[in-house]
Amino acid sequence: MKRRLLLLLSMLLAFTLVAAACGDDAETDAGSDDSSDSDDSADSSGASAVTAAFIYIGEPGDAGWTWAHDQGRQAAEAATGATTITFENIPEGSPEFDQAVRDAIADGADVIFATSFGYIDAMEALSGEFPDVAFDHATGYKSNDTNFGNYFGRIYQARYLTGLAAGGASASGNVGYVAAFPIPEVIRGINAFTLGVRAANPDATVTVNWTSTWFDPAVEGDSAQALLDAGADVIAMHQDSTAAGEAAEAAGARWVSYNSDMSAFAPTAYVASAIWDWGPYYTSTIEKVAAGNYSGGAYWGGMDDGIVQIGSLAADVSDETRAVIDARTDEMIAGTWDPFTGPINDQDGNEVIADGVVPNDGDLLGMFYFVEGVIGEIPEG
Amino acid sequence: MILAELTITETAVIGLFVATIQFATLLFLAGLGETISERAGVLNLGVEGMMAIGAVFGFIGGVESGSPWVGLLVGTIAGGAIALLHATAAVALGADQVVSGLALTMLGLGLADFIGDDYTSDPRRALFAEVDIPGLSDIRIVGDVLFSASPVTYMAIVLGVIAWFVLNRTSIGLGLRAVGQSASTADAAGHSVVGMRMGAVVVGGALAGMSGAYLSTFVVGAWSVGVTAGRGWIAVALVIFGAWRPGRVAAGALLFGFTLALQSRLQPFGVNFSPILVSMLPYLLTVGVLVVISIRARNQPSPSPAGLGIPYRREER
Repeated sequence: MKRRLLLLLSMLLAFTLVAAACGDDAETDAGSDDSSDSDDSADSSGASAVTAAFIYIGEPGDAGWTWAHDQGRQAAEAATGATTITFENIPEGSPEFDQAVRDAIADGADVIFATSFGYIDAMEALSGEFPDVAFDHATGYKSNDTNFGNYFGRIYQARYLTGLAAGGASASGNVGYVAAFPIPEVIRGINAFTLGVRAANPDATVTVNWTSTWFDPAVEGDSAQALLDAGADVIAMHQDSTAAGEAAEAAGARWVSYNSDMSAFAPTAYVASAIWDWGPYYTSTIEKVAAGNYSGGAYWGGMDDGIVQIGSLAADVSDETRAVIDARTDEMIAGTWDPFTGPINDQDGNEVIADGVVPNDGDLLGMFYFVEGVIGEIPEG
Repeated sequence: MILAELTITETAVIGLFVATIQFATLLFLAGLGETISERAGVLNLGVEGMMAIGAVFGFIGGVESGSPWVGLLVGTIAGGAIALLHATAAVALGADQVVSGLALTMLGLGLADFIGDDYTSDPRRALFAEVDIPGLSDIRIVGDVLFSASPVTYMAIVLGVIAWFVLNRTSIGLGLRAVGQSASTADAAGHSVVGMRMGAVVVGGALAGMSGAYLSTFVVGAWSVGVTAGRGWIAVALVIFGAWRPGRVAAGALLFGFTLALQSRLQPFGVNFSPILVSMLPYLLTVGVLVVISIRARNQPSPSPAGLGIPYRREER
């Protein structure tokens, strides 16, 4: 019996440690680090009493996807005076997600921002159960016209611009692309990037290396290394870690980063980055919720809304390239041009978008072919 | 059409085998540790957690001191220290080894996340450089692959030879294997079952920690949550694949490392074959070995330690 008791005690101790380690999953951030700011803006703006909950797949320390959302949260908090609650490391399709939403609502949340694709079905179900709470889902495609919406950005526009910079930076014309999964979002990014690369360097090609993972630094780095070994001198990526960039840095090659300006991780390799700025979107959505105007639906913003941007350019990007990037940026902000404006050929040289035609959003969202200049295949099924 | 347009250069071949050696080193260190633990009769499913602890302490030790060697040492000690929890619960207190090991994985991953919170986006690096073996590193291809590796790879080879020697050629090794085969017999013969088993678990944890530290000071060079990405589980499978023998575990590590390296290279090589299927290979190979073992078990004894997974309580003999 004594041994049983000891065992029980040691397991309790272990679980306390686990609980301590995970205990910071949910924390109320309002007024913690910048309380004076948010109090000020709360006073001046007449203060929305809105509470916004953010559910993250990872944690803000990742320097990538979740970091960008958390920057947006902080900006929205400062701008609206709303109270924000965050939940980190919540797995997709898990009971933890439901629990996080219920906890958030119990804590007074008026709007739930869920930032990963796999939350989609739970968001739909919970939005039906809590009609008075707004459910806003990043990267999803489901919505209703009352309290459930989805939001995303046309990051492909920013990727086109980084392609211009990469095309200018590549001496060999052999550019590598470390990509996570063959889904339209990733394929669209590869295509837009390739169009940019070839606008700057018509003979260049972009070789795709699928990793089948969003986050596995060892595989991401090794996949970049494989492309470098095959002669690539610029590496782009649709991944969540900085590993591909560090492989490029070690090999003396160049790198285009994604999610945030990751130049600190590979200062010599860094050329440009396609980045997110979620702040304005979160601010306007929280304002809608505060005014009682939230009505679900789908949002797919582009350069014109500033939700997607090109990050800082490396010092050696030529003036000529900078001028082209600036011109295209202006055209996209003005809405007069899109990277997928035809004529565009697919990988095999067949015209898929006719001269002067800009595909509609449905075609862009379902894009499942590579454009001319991409080397690699889209795995079936 | 699987072979569209094969594009394999000498650089690419060297790259394939350099990556093979890197992944093999990673898997071998953790697999060797688990082999030692299991040969003493203690299954430790906490490898993934111990690796994560080794990775986070390896990174912190490395960047704070500026030396990857300090990182490797700190990660190794941390891996051994957290393995003490499993040793205490599963050996000293006789808890279920599976439950305790799984708890260690969860605890290790959670604790590493907690400890490493401020280091996740830390751009500082403390990286091992490749060491050229004079003369040999100039040999074409072979020199680049075998004689221009990180110092940790050379260390792993030396540690593997030591482990083989101790297990098979010393009285300590004999006692350890006896403890793993039949704890009560070994106890009657005067071996300290609890001491042997706890020692083996701690040494195993230290090697898993070293493997994790190698990840954060060389292979990836950074710390982030999820950096181990299931390699600890491959190491557990590797021990079965290697039939609990250091030499075969080393061979298995090379084979598994090759599949990992190949996974990243099929597409650049121009081979249109799903990398997802390739990434399943280590597990398929392990299942295959389990089938072979169970078929052969009709005629000859299983290579697994007979006392594996069975807690030893002297008064319940």
